[in-house]
Amino acid sequence: MNNDKLIIGGHEFNSRFILGSGKYSLKLIESAVKDAGAEIITLAVRRANTQEKENILDYIPEGVTLLPNTSGARTAEEAVRIARLARALGCGDFVKIEIMRDSKYLLPDNQETIRATEILAKEGFIVMPYMYPDLNAARDLVNAGAASIMPLASPIGSNKGLATKDFIQILIDEIDLPIIVDAGIGKPSQACEAMEMGAAAIMANTALATAGDLPLMASAFRQAIEAGRKAYLAGLGRVLTRGASASDPLTGFLRD
Amino acid sequence: MVKINGEHVEAAGQTLSQYLASTACNPQRIVIEYNGEILPRENYDTTVLTDDDQVEIISFMGGG
Repeated sequence: MNNDKLIIGGHEFNSRFILGSGKYSLKLIESAVKDAGAEIITLAVRRANTQEKENILDYIPEGVTLLPNTSGARTAEEAVRIARLARALGCGDFVKIEIMRDSKYLLPDNQETIRATEILAKEGFIVMPYMYPDLNAARDLVNAGAASIMPLASPIGSNKGLATKDFIQILIDEIDLPIIVDAGIGKPSQACEAMEMGAAAIMANTALATAGDLPLMASAFRQAIEAGRKAYLAGLGRVLTRGASASDPLTGFLRD
Repeated sequence: MVKINGEHVEAAGQTLSQYLASTACNPQRIVIEYNGEILPRENYDTTVLTDDDQVEIISFMGGG
């Protein structure tokens, strides 16, 4: 287990929990990161509030890798522009591509995401595309130079869990990159299930931000993700299609 | 008038550094897109704002 690292774009991580930083107070970020055991945190890129001194970077502990996202982008070109701005902020080469044309369900546009991935990978970014779990699109993302694939479990912010479970499993089985389940994971048991399936990591934000006690939920997710990972590495026990199988010795006890 | 983050601002004649000093922004925590191009920080002192310039001051925010 000690050598069980998550490797993305040549960078090694011990934690398999990627934490979102939206929808909660900056003051909670430090404890959320600590209790989640997170080594990667996502951020959005926006117009600065020029009247506000407070900056989110002041609340993120040293050594945590920043993963800026391109939320707000509706096309590949907009995502590329946001990614370049994020890199110019001087916090590394990681970028999570999010491109959404649909404002009701916020579903990612796989075609535009593939285009943006290709452009940004060529520019040396470590590209982590958020996508609708489709095997053909995932293969295109691999060819475009993605460093991981981030399929959605259910609509973003919904906390509805693994609605796309079977299709995520196909990606895990067929794609030779870390599959990081992103969006829709609402509770630790769902994160654990995705990890048991062989997901490389879990990204969550709303599940924590809308919980009663954010740091406590961060800790619960951490344990669930670790448990799911251990179960995956251990290899799950088989499921019988019918009948039963005694778990006690089948020798006679009181009868011959 | 200079258009800064979508708003018209009386800032023509000032350098970007001077304008930023009049705000709460920490120059180390922002990136500036000046007329559509990312502007290196070392150019803030020498870039003089003129009418119709388009300036975007960008920073990180919480997001998922």
